[in-house]
Amino acid sequence: MFEREPSRRTVLGAAVGAAGSALLPQFAQAQGTVRRGGTLVVAADTEPRNLNPAIVASNGVFYVASKVIEPLAEMSYDGSGLVPRLATEWSGSADGRSVTFKLRPGVTWHDGKAFSSADVAFSALEVWKKAQNLGRVLFKDLEAVETPDGGTAIFRFTKPTPLQLIRNALPAVTAVVPKHLYEGTDIATNPANTKLVGTGPFRLVEHKPGEFYRLAKSPTYWDRDKPYLDGIIYRVLPDPGAIAAAIEADQIQLAAFSAIPLSELPRLAAIKGVQVLHKGYEGITYQLTVEVNHRRKELADVRVRRAIAHAIDKDFVVSTIFRGYANTAAGPIPKFDKQFHVADPALPNFDVAKANALLDEAGYPRQGGAMRFKLRLLPAPWFEQTRQMGDYLRQALRVVGIDAELVNNDAAGHTRAIYTDHNFDLAIGSPVYRNDPSISTTILYQGGLPAGVPFSNQYGFNDAAVNTTIARAAETLDAATRVQLYRDFQRQVAQSQPLIQVAEFTFISVIRDRLRNVANNPRWATSNWADTWLSA
Amino acid sequence: MIPVWRIVGRRLGNAVPVLLIVAIGSYCLLELAPGDAVDAYLSGSGGDAGLVAQLRQQWGLDRSFATRLTSYLLSLLTLDFGWSVAFSRPVREVVLDRMGNTLLLMSAAVALSFSLGTLLGVAAGSRPQSWRDRLLSWLSLALYAAPGFWLGLMMIVAFAVKLSWFPLGGIATIGEPRAGLEHVLDVAWHLVLPASALGLVYLALYLRLMRAGMVEAWRSDYVRTARAKGLTRQRIVWRHVARNALLPVITMLGLQAAAMLGGSVVVESVFAIPGLGRLAFEAVTQRDVPLLLGIVLAGTVLVIVINLLVDMAYAKLDPRVLVS
Repeated sequence: MFEREPSRRTVLGAAVGAAGSALLPQFAQAQGTVRRGGTLVVAADTEPRNLNPAIVASNGVFYVASKVIEPLAEMSYDGSGLVPRLATEWSGSADGRSVTFKLRPGVTWHDGKAFSSADVAFSALEVWKKAQNLGRVLFKDLEAVETPDGGTAIFRFTKPTPLQLIRNALPAVTAVVPKHLYEGTDIATNPANTKLVGTGPFRLVEHKPGEFYRLAKSPTYWDRDKPYLDGIIYRVLPDPGAIAAAIEADQIQLAAFSAIPLSELPRLAAIKGVQVLHKGYEGITYQLTVEVNHRRKELADVRVRRAIAHAIDKDFVVSTIFRGYANTAAGPIPKFDKQFHVADPALPNFDVAKANALLDEAGYPRQGGAMRFKLRLLPAPWFEQTRQMGDYLRQALRVVGIDAELVNNDAAGHTRAIYTDHNFDLAIGSPVYRNDPSISTTILYQGGLPAGVPFSNQYGFNDAAVNTTIARAAETLDAATRVQLYRDFQRQVAQSQPLIQVAEFTFISVIRDRLRNVANNPRWATSNWADTWLSA
Repeated sequence: MIPVWRIVGRRLGNAVPVLLIVAIGSYCLLELAPGDAVDAYLSGSGGDAGLVAQLRQQWGLDRSFATRLTSYLLSLLTLDFGWSVAFSRPVREVVLDRMGNTLLLMSAAVALSFSLGTLLGVAAGSRPQSWRDRLLSWLSLALYAAPGFWLGLMMIVAFAVKLSWFPLGGIATIGEPRAGLEHVLDVAWHLVLPASALGLVYLALYLRLMRAGMVEAWRSDYVRTARAKGLTRQRIVWRHVARNALLPVITMLGLQAAAMLGGSVVVESVFAIPGLGRLAFEAVTQRDVPLLLGIVLAGTVLVIVINLLVDMAYAKLDPRVLVS
């Protein structure tokens, strides 16, 4: 390399040294686009008591912890839908009883120890399988993890387990924790659950309860070029109004997970430097759902359930409650998942006359101006929209002669009433779809589950045909057949409407536009942000 | 006349049954709320039947209500406030961590509302029906009618977002640890808006009380006597009118200290200050019974102590109370 005039570039080149000069073109290019450094400040509205994503697979935990502790693979918009993280390759055996992961070499934990297949084996058997909210079900048949060498982990299952399911679950359930800190301890109370040690692009430096989390760039990250940011601060801001003000004043650069109410968005979007993003959460899609207690005589009748579905104007819900930031739902699997979703003509459309006719036919005629029957309606307190849907449904049901009485509870009360006590007739919920129907979707339809399991079929619905389809799909290895079975499942429930899906929605981010490389994967807010940067 | 120390002793003695009633009452109240700590936890993350049972056992929620209450009260006797499941830390630590911030916020708010409120009250009451009195009365009515959280948000919009004079929230600047005087000034700067939001309503109340007391006092015989003696107006205002009007204001001070703990829930949320108010809210939503009781007991002790101090101040202003 020969330069006549001394320039900034030669000075830099000399500093990088002989080895660096080979990297220089790439480095120079990066200078032109990416600005390194700076601390990103974001709003956090909750502080999870346990920050370990290997134990608690939830958005609140991932939001902070995914920058510190990495999964085997992350979701991606392109091609296969996955990009490698701690695993570089994965393949399943023909009998479905084993999955082999090739692990990334040269990875170190933030405390300096080397990462190896032993960490993956330990995390899988001792943490995901035994302690994790999702893993306890997903890995229930995991029998052993063999580690022939430090870079290979072979998962052995007692029953055939579809590779498609494992693949789809990788981003959310496979956060790897260091064996050397957890082995021989009580995993639930290990101090590393709050003082995270991971392999990710950022280290957790400080948590001041009620105030902030501070993350700093890890100097030993395996993707040597990254992260671009020097650090991330999560400011704990419990009040939505204060979060909106903080974005406006550029004191935070990101309010994720719809922390700002929809009603504030038009005002904020009009401010220079502020952007409202609807992207980056496709991997976390919620379905606004009317949950039905089939133990109630009237609701056990499919005609009544279909009548209720006919009484709901989904377009109105999307345009009014969600102010357009959602889509209407069509069945139990969201439309965005083209792999599994099938639109079925048997789904009830908005048709008040038909709803009335069905209710008459079911033997609940409207005598004079009187209501046909009375129901208790429990809207979940999770979202502004679940509560508003309660108000809307009450009015929609009045139109067809059903008197719904609203019963409001907080989170604990609602969970107890629906999933343990079954003390409701209708409820408004928002089950999350986790990119494979068998992770958290079919459990809403499967019969014969014990009481007290949240977000499962506690509705008293038990249909032999549906149970069979779910069971067959769960052990089908061939991806195409598996997809076909889940399509059959969708057709079965389109007809009987055990639950009524109204809208598909996900979160919205409000950002300062100097924040770059935002929303570039389908679960961006819960991914590692290694390539995120702040422009001047 | 009874000596002061005996009054203090008697008051503290009375406090014990009060604390016990508060503890048992709150325990029962939270028990009546539907759902327990495990339900609250699961509503965030979900879990299967095995996990549900395991958590109930770990957190001791599989025992009967009577067993839990007795063991809680017994451990209370040894000053052990229990374990907070929502924070996975001992209750004592969690509460003490936050108590300082709340005390700071409350005393700043009390100091602001009391000093400014009484002074403005004197200004209004020294010449009833003057233009100054009318203006201040109108102002106090407006302040009194405005809810604290709204005032807080409006102050954020005006002074933090638009003018950038004050920080949006928090108790100190994040990521830049300061020491000594610099830290004190940093915290004071962070407290201006929240203390105003919390204190302005009471400022209005003090102003009105002070003014009403003074209007009343102007009509008294001793004021007429003072005038007849030829005292200056200023001396009458301060030594005779204001001093007597101050008694109901002092009573209010005691009440305010108690009510402020409630108001601080909202203000602490709006201004993102990690204090007891917000902690209490989290404890209720998480059904964290030991934590909530820890906060309630800390609050009760605080109120008892403040009332005692107020009574002392009262005795100083009006020696007649020590006689009864």
